[in-house]
Amino acid sequence: METLSENKKAALLSVLLLLVGLFVWEMSIPAQKTVEALTEYERLTGTGQPKAGVPPPSQVVAKAWEQLSNPFYDAGPNDKGIGIQIGYSIYRVLVGYLLAALIAIPLGFLIGMSRVAHKALNPFIQVLRPISPLAWMPLALFVIQDSEASAIFVIFICSIWPMLINTAFGVAGVREDWVNVARTHELGPLKTAFTVILPAAAPTIVTGMRISIGIAWLVIVAAEMLVGGTGIGYYVWNEWNNLDLTSVIFSILMIGVVGMLLDAALGLLQRRVAYVE
Amino acid sequence: MASSFLSIERLTQRYPDGKGGEFTVFENASFGIEKGEFVCILGHSGCGKSTIMNILAGLSDPTSGVIKMDGQAISGPSLDRGVVFQNYSLLPWLTTLKNVTFGVAARFPQWTKQQVTDHSIAFLEKVGLTGDAIYRKPSQLSGGMRQRVSIARAFANEPKLLLLDEPFGALDALTRGTIQDELIKVWSGTDQTVFMITHDIDEAILLADRILLMTNGPNARVAESVEITLPRPRTRTTIVEHPNYYAIRNHLVQFLGERSVLLAGESVGDETHRPETVRIDKTEGAADAEPLLRAVPK
Ligand SMILES: Nc1ncnc2c1ncn2[C@@H]1O[C@H](COP(=O)(O)OP(=O)(O)OP(=O)(O)O)[C@@H](O)[C@H]1O
Ligand SMILES: [Mg+2]
Repeated sequence: METLSENKKAALLSVLLLLVGLFVWEMSIPAQKTVEALTEYERLTGTGQPKAGVPPPSQVVAKAWEQLSNPFYDAGPNDKGIGIQIGYSIYRVLVGYLLAALIAIPLGFLIGMSRVAHKALNPFIQVLRPISPLAWMPLALFVIQDSEASAIFVIFICSIWPMLINTAFGVAGVREDWVNVARTHELGPLKTAFTVILPAAAPTIVTGMRISIGIAWLVIVAAEMLVGGTGIGYYVWNEWNNLDLTSVIFSILMIGVVGMLLDAALGLLQRRVAYVE
Repeated sequence: MASSFLSIERLTQRYPDGKGGEFTVFENASFGIEKGEFVCILGHSGCGKSTIMNILAGLSDPTSGVIKMDGQAISGPSLDRGVVFQNYSLLPWLTTLKNVTFGVAARFPQWTKQQVTDHSIAFLEKVGLTGDAIYRKPSQLSGGMRQRVSIARAFANEPKLLLLDEPFGALDALTRGTIQDELIKVWSGTDQTVFMITHDIDEAILLADRILLMTNGPNARVAESVEITLPRPRTRTTIVEHPNYYAIRNHLVQFLGERSVLLAGESVGDETHRPETVRIDKTEGAADAEPLLRAVPK
């Protein structure tokens, strides 16, 4: 063990924990009798009816294999592959998120550069920011009259705040020396914004973007449970209604994996814009 | 005096004193700098040297007064006035080379990328930066190397006036010496005018054609303008042997030690202040021709 590197030790420990966890899970679930194995009495009274219990991991793995080997099948509105469902969710998240970035970053620049803008907009931000994004849902459905667009709006509204606040904070905190460098080189306001302020504030801005994508992914599941139709959130809810807990657990895991990938993508961007002073 | 390349006329700077009133950093200060001159300004901490420099750079506005360069009143920063900041102020997300090309591209927008790069590399070479160091980020350079980049950036822009605010303040004595030499080397090949703040008397004597001496603040004045009557090229070892060296040095030390306090002024009101010119020359012939201390009336 001494000779293993830290990373290898950690990986080994992770695998061990996983195996132990799966083993305990598998063992703690009482074996269910299959229909053929029921006694006639049990069949008649219904007491031996397979109940919707928590499935063992082996079943979840089997389910995952089945789903992931054909993720994009489409057999009607209530039966679509997991790939399609996740695709819908990612699409909504990205559209809402990018729209939010498109507004939050320029507006954050303005707030960060101008004290007047900061003071004028701050009260609105402080009131709007703590509102649960789902609270907007009824209003959005009523005003927009479209469940798809409403879900996107909810993503938009929940991901705008971290980006807005971090951009404003990052821009306001750009060292005056660097701005002076731009000034002594007679850079115009636009050139200064792009060549000095943006790269200087980029690490803070991207941190905000990373927080936002995390929140957006949390919210989309809940939003889709409400609006229904398609998406991973709807899928989870639908499988719950079908009492298919294996699928529910499988999709929960998928939500985790996709969330992790989205975060990793932003983490990559974060590393690219980082600098050491 | 109105014909100086750079003329500072009745410059006044006041700040609020935090108690509802205001205090005067300096008042009606006036002096001129000739084209191609290397001028150092010496004075105790807080007397207002950086304030003057920031006004010259156009980074801040004085309470009153004008600065004319080539007869034109300046307003705001300009590529004609390059600045080397005390803390280098390199952009940390750019490589060394990009930090220089950044300025050159702004200065010569009509140049091709290749021209900009070649020009920048040439100036980095002049301050002794070559090889892979120029592709590293500032955080991977030593303090001395960073200051070299900062100097290269300023000179590569070929400004008419170069402003340096204690450029070597954070460096050790050895590095300081090398970069001083490089600075002189780069400067002597041009007709650029340099205005430099320093705390170091020996550095000022080595580099300057003329040293401006400031009294203590508040109400500081640029009291004297001391000509450095030492022939160029100068080196650290040869100037100390020159007969003028100790006379000049003693004069400066004496000013900073005593007279800067004695002369520390009350408000001078509406009077215009011009520094008194001091010329110390003990070389043969010169000593008879000129008095040791000569106040030149303006
Ligand atoms: N923005 C400001 N507001 C109020 N007072 C200021 C401001 N900037 C400078 N001062 C004051 O003006 C005076 C001169 O400051 P300045 O920075 O020019 O001094 P300095 O001669 O450069 O000193 P040092 O040698 O320590 O750098 C100081 O008393 C300082 O407190
Ligand atoms: Mg200073």
